[in-house]
Amino acid sequence: MFENVAMVLGDSHRVSMLMNGMWITIQISLGAVVLGLLIGMVMAAFNMSDLGFTVMGRKIRPLRIIAFVYLGVIRGTPAVTQLLIVSHTIFAAVRGVNIWVGIVALGINSGAYVAEIIRAGILSIDKGQMEAGLSLGFNKYQAMLFIVMPQAIKNILPTFINEFIVLIKETAIVGFVGLQDINRVGQLIISQTFNVTPLFITAAMYLVLISLLTWLLGKVEKKMRSSDRR
Amino acid sequence: MVINVKNLYLRFGKLEVLKGINQEIHQNEKVVIIGPSGSGKSTFLRTLNLLDKPYKGDIEINGRHILDKRTNINIVRQKMGMVFQQFHLFPHLTVLDNITIAPRKIKKMSPKDADFLAQTLLAKVGLLEKMAEYPSKLSGGQKQRVAIARALAMEPDVMLFDEPTSALDPEMVGEVLEVMKNLAKDGMTMVVVTHEMGFAREVASRVLFMDDGMIIEEGTPTEIFENPKQERTQAFLEKILT
Repeated sequence: MFENVAMVLGDSHRVSMLMNGMWITIQISLGAVVLGLLIGMVMAAFNMSDLGFTVMGRKIRPLRIIAFVYLGVIRGTPAVTQLLIVSHTIFAAVRGVNIWVGIVALGINSGAYVAEIIRAGILSIDKGQMEAGLSLGFNKYQAMLFIVMPQAIKNILPTFINEFIVLIKETAIVGFVGLQDINRVGQLIISQTFNVTPLFITAAMYLVLISLLTWLLGKVEKKMRSSDRR
Repeated sequence: MVINVKNLYLRFGKLEVLKGINQEIHQNEKVVIIGPSGSGKSTFLRTLNLLDKPYKGDIEINGRHILDKRTNINIVRQKMGMVFQQFHLFPHLTVLDNITIAPRKIKKMSPKDADFLAQTLLAKVGLLEKMAEYPSKLSGGQKQRVAIARALAMEPDVMLFDEPTSALDPEMVGEVLEVMKNLAKDGMTMVVVTHEMGFAREVASRVLFMDDGMIIEEGTPTEIFENPKQERTQAFLEKILT
């Protein structure tokens, strides 16, 4: 076992492949989490929007319909399929492999889950908070911004961290479109060395990455809680 | 005239909650609304600043018809303070910030002026020493007094109270009623939904008795409490006063 690890890591070319893979995984994860957060916020707002018009006694809310379709499609189809579709549509004209394929596909995917996390966080705040804000003369958006959101974020954060961790592991699918992330590099090294050790090395890399992140975000969360003297 | 309500109807789903309310409330009046639970008294109060929406009728506040879609309800609400049964203080803000947030964000008052205003109001409700605390550190009675100060910070023309003492432990009811009585003495126009008959007797200029979504009877406290004309009013008072 240890000889095998030494064999894999003894080759500077393989080490640099693994490091590059790590870097690609990190870039895609960070890009996708930011994009997912942006899409998630927009979709959560769409999903709770009351804008609309009445047709034959029934209220039609176009923004809600958009959110409904988006959430349904994204959560009802495999991420790998979405990745392949993005790769062959939006990026069809782009030559070679590009990490943006992974970022866009996983960002769109994560956005659906983030939208639901945000919506649940907002719904967890007592309706009276919004009413108290409105009764003071805030409009709906101000009441959301100054009163509901600051409270909701504290409820959202732990679930959001969890979604981030799921997302990092999910990036392992980008090998399907030729991106050489940690997982893909592991497979390539197996085909050179003919033993399974590289898989344990890549697993350890994911574990280190996620443990670091959990520790870091845990600190952020704790800091936010300490200002929350409820 | 401050508030004029005409032929107001409201329903929640199939349940008819308000069935034709007519009422004029004038400047300086202290109107106390009493009645059994489910009679629609809280709902009526909440329609006055449109937290619940009627489907028929008219509400005019200082010349503005608030059911008209063209009326900016936020501006009308700025001049109407509201105090809730469950306080609804903002838990993420200190007592001081609970009071200053609306003047700062809506009236663009400077933080210094807003703090000064909040301190004046806190002194008025006897809680100046609590200004740096978070709401979780306050007792129910203290929370409600802060909520009153918060509503006053927008310098409203009228204050609406939705059962302000119903969620309080008995020993804290007095301190909140005391603040409300002082407010009444200062000449504030008030509409109060309450089960505190002592308060109604002492402070009300007019008492409305509601039942089944309608105003059954109205009059001075003496008229209502000593000499109720309607059978339902008599039955209700008999139940709660004995």
